[in-house]
Amino acid sequence: MLELYGRAISSRLLLGTANYPSPAVLQRAAREAGAQIVTVSLRREIAGGSGRVGGFWSLICDLDVQVLPNTAGCHSVKEAVLTAQMAREVFGTNWIKLEVIGHHDTLQPDVFALVEAARILVDDGFEVFPYTTDDLVVADRLLDAGCRVLMPWCAPIGSARGPVDKDALRSLRAHVPDIPLIVDAGIGRPSHAAAVMELGYDAVLLNTAVAAAGDPVAMAKAFALAIEAGHLAAGAQPLEPRDVAVPSTPVIGKAVFS
Amino acid sequence: MELTVNGERHDVAASTLADLMDALDYRGEWLATAVNGELVKASRRSERFLQDGDRIEILSPMKGG
Repeated sequence: MLELYGRAISSRLLLGTANYPSPAVLQRAAREAGAQIVTVSLRREIAGGSGRVGGFWSLICDLDVQVLPNTAGCHSVKEAVLTAQMAREVFGTNWIKLEVIGHHDTLQPDVFALVEAARILVDDGFEVFPYTTDDLVVADRLLDAGCRVLMPWCAPIGSARGPVDKDALRSLRAHVPDIPLIVDAGIGRPSHAAAVMELGYDAVLLNTAVAAAGDPVAMAKAFALAIEAGHLAAGAQPLEPRDVAVPSTPVIGKAVFS
Repeated sequence: MELTVNGERHDVAASTLADLMDALDYRGEWLATAVNGELVKASRRSERFLQDGDRIEILSPMKGG
């Protein structure tokens, strides 16, 4: 069982709620994935727009899941901290997926601002899920700031490239063996998710890979199975690669015909 | 009084944030508000007096990744 800030979670698939063909598909995908945590955001309300928001919000409430609000699109400490405070007001949770974006093209986190914002939010009673890189020193700084979960990217958000630097992910896993690590961003296919889970990661956060698939509901199920398979494999100690061939059929007792 | 609400200028007769939300038809218990970059909790909106030039953000739940 995965434990995130004292809460036991059985599903290792966290699901984003954006970019689905329809709200009904989102709902079915979330159920098929077995997701217990879904990410949401805050955006400017339209005057007189209560029907629109009420619809989305009641759909999320119907799923009976834990929401993880994000600070997506924030580019400064001040923006991220205020967005987190407003999210707590609306969603009634101390959980916050902290994003402070540092670069427009890659959506790479501004790790310096991230650490500063994390410290402010932890001091204010938040339980912070920081969207970070695979950098070990940044990981240490985030833990120093009071984060008890880390969410490294494995490739840029929405790029669907999968783990581009497995050695770095492996190194981060070894560096913080007791901290829940959730790969956030960059996953494209179930095989990518299985690969990072095989490295010993604790969970995967997905959005575009499910929402923009031809059949999001089927893809949600495929990811759930891959994540479960990868997690089981990690616990089963996978065979390490070898430089030479090793026969699997016994050599002893082989008939000699010449 | 001229106020900026979610990036748009409004000329509104409203003394408090709660008045402003009524006047512009922002309704719903899922709204979060800030004035000049500071959070204003729902319970405090009727006590938060506004001044000419204030910048108000009114946010609501939205899909997100």
